[in-house]
Amino acid sequence: MLGYITRRLFILLLSLFVAAIVLFVLLRLLPGDPANALVGVGATPEQIAAAREQLGSDQPLGVQFLTYLRDLAAFDLGNSFVTRGSILEEISRRLSVTLPLTFAAFFLALVIAVPLGILAAVKADRWYGLLLSIVSQAGIAVPVFWLGILLVYEFSLTLRWLPSGGFPLRGYADPGPAIRAMVLPVLTIAIVMSASLMRYVRASTLDVLDSDFLRTARALGESRAEALMRHGIRNASVPVISVLAIELATAFLGAVVVEQVFSLPGMGSMLLLGIQQRDYPSIQGVLIVTTLLVLLTGFLADLLQRLLDPRLRQGARR
Amino acid sequence: MSRSNARTGKTLTLWLSLVLVGAITLAGVVSFVWTPFALSDMAGGRLEAPNATHWAGTDRLGRDVFTQLMIGARIALIVGAGAVAIGAVIGVITGILAAFATRFLDDALAAFFDILIAFPTLLVAMLVVAAREESSLSTAILALGIGLSPIVGRITRILTKQVLSQDYITAARVCGTSWPVIVIWHILPNIAPFLAVNLALQFGLAVMAEASLSYLGLGAPPPNASWGRMLQEAQGTVYSAPWGAIFPGLALFALVIGINLLADGLRDRFDPSRRSA
Repeated sequence: MLGYITRRLFILLLSLFVAAIVLFVLLRLLPGDPANALVGVGATPEQIAAAREQLGSDQPLGVQFLTYLRDLAAFDLGNSFVTRGSILEEISRRLSVTLPLTFAAFFLALVIAVPLGILAAVKADRWYGLLLSIVSQAGIAVPVFWLGILLVYEFSLTLRWLPSGGFPLRGYADPGPAIRAMVLPVLTIAIVMSASLMRYVRASTLDVLDSDFLRTARALGESRAEALMRHGIRNASVPVISVLAIELATAFLGAVVVEQVFSLPGMGSMLLLGIQQRDYPSIQGVLIVTTLLVLLTGFLADLLQRLLDPRLRQGARR
Repeated sequence: MSRSNARTGKTLTLWLSLVLVGAITLAGVVSFVWTPFALSDMAGGRLEAPNATHWAGTDRLGRDVFTQLMIGARIALIVGAGAVAIGAVIGVITGILAAFATRFLDDALAAFFDILIAFPTLLVAMLVVAAREESSLSTAILALGIGLSPIVGRITRILTKQVLSQDYITAARVCGTSWPVIVIWHILPNIAPFLAVNLALQFGLAVMAEASLSYLGLGAPPPNASWGRMLQEAQGTVYSAPWGAIFPGLALFALVIGINLLADGLRDRFDPSRRSA
């Protein structure tokens, strides 16, 4: 297991390195010199030259790349062109909105999708089993921002239970308003996400219900529910976990759009603002941190899968 | 549920999907020659409810919503088809290359696909839009096509490897068939059905991503009507005019679910291993 973790950790670092190269190339492909964005329209050539020197964009590409890697290794993401503030501080401030949003939605989706997905598989021959699978099929096609707007219409504008958007300036120092501001965004992401999760849970459970080991357990006198609890869940969870990593990344993406619906000051709105203002260090910072989070999730999912499935560990030893 | 019931259900959903996709395609095609009003024609009062003249009401500038929905269908289909075409060309070529390449290049390309897939399509598309001076229809298509290509590349690589391991490929090689001929005569026809199903699913993804891009203000600019931008504009007036936010969302929902069901139906037809299930 330790050998596997080391190897997997090496792959993680390698992927991060490759992703850093891709980002570097992509951002150099952006039109114009970032220096133009720094000084604004109507700057004199001297001002642009000064800005280029300050940014290092007058250096050869190789030197720029090495500087970029050195800064990354030191967790130095630079300063925003627009606010001049530290990108890392800005990102950590915004992660305090996006991460709770993503995780809360993710866990809520799990709580909804796992029992319902199992139910839909076990009771596939009943009308409610069929209904559940139709609902999850339909749920995948619901645009997340549309659902957000509809929830705002119902719960903030009509019933007036919850705010329609925004986040308290003092953040979690105002716990009441902060939590109330998160309810609808979390619900929005969780509902859409639970639809696709439910399909995976259902398919995975159906596979297990069809398996030889479950038939053997039944032949040995265990009831269907007993057999499913003792052997089924663990087996069914292995393929679901690899999907979870992708789903968590999707939740993060959902957050990008949903933050816009509810005007939340998170990573998504930072990226969007960065794109609109051509604030390159900001875009770069958001994408690097996002990549790191996505790759870390995949890493943890792989580890969890190995812990649950001894067959995978055996395979590694051979 | 009996087997014949299951078959009836499948036929029904296939028909439902054809009706949904067909109706929206028809609306999009007809929009080239006829719409109830001109797109920027402020023909009605502000925020009118649906009525006999304005079937889906009017927006905050008094423009006909049904007209915008029809043009939106056109844009959604064009962007979806364009993005899938670009994604398919890049993805199929790199996927087949990877499957044929040396072990090292294959591993490298596979890892590259995996890293790119870790980025959701929309995020990649946002970056590509950021890389262009200004947003336009072709930028949106290009952006989404690039975003989709690693997904197509990965599936093509896996499918191609499956075909390459078959005996008839070995036989063809022994006969001295060159590899371009193998690709055209043996690989492409054999992976096409599975690829088609996957591309249909990508089409749904692309339509959804286009709406998201437009909603975020990064899609095709105003002379084009997009369901995503209609939703973004209607959000501010949703309390006084909820239909403005309901119709574009419904259209988007109908198209995406129609495409997904169609892909499922196609898979049931093409994949013999699922036919008995």
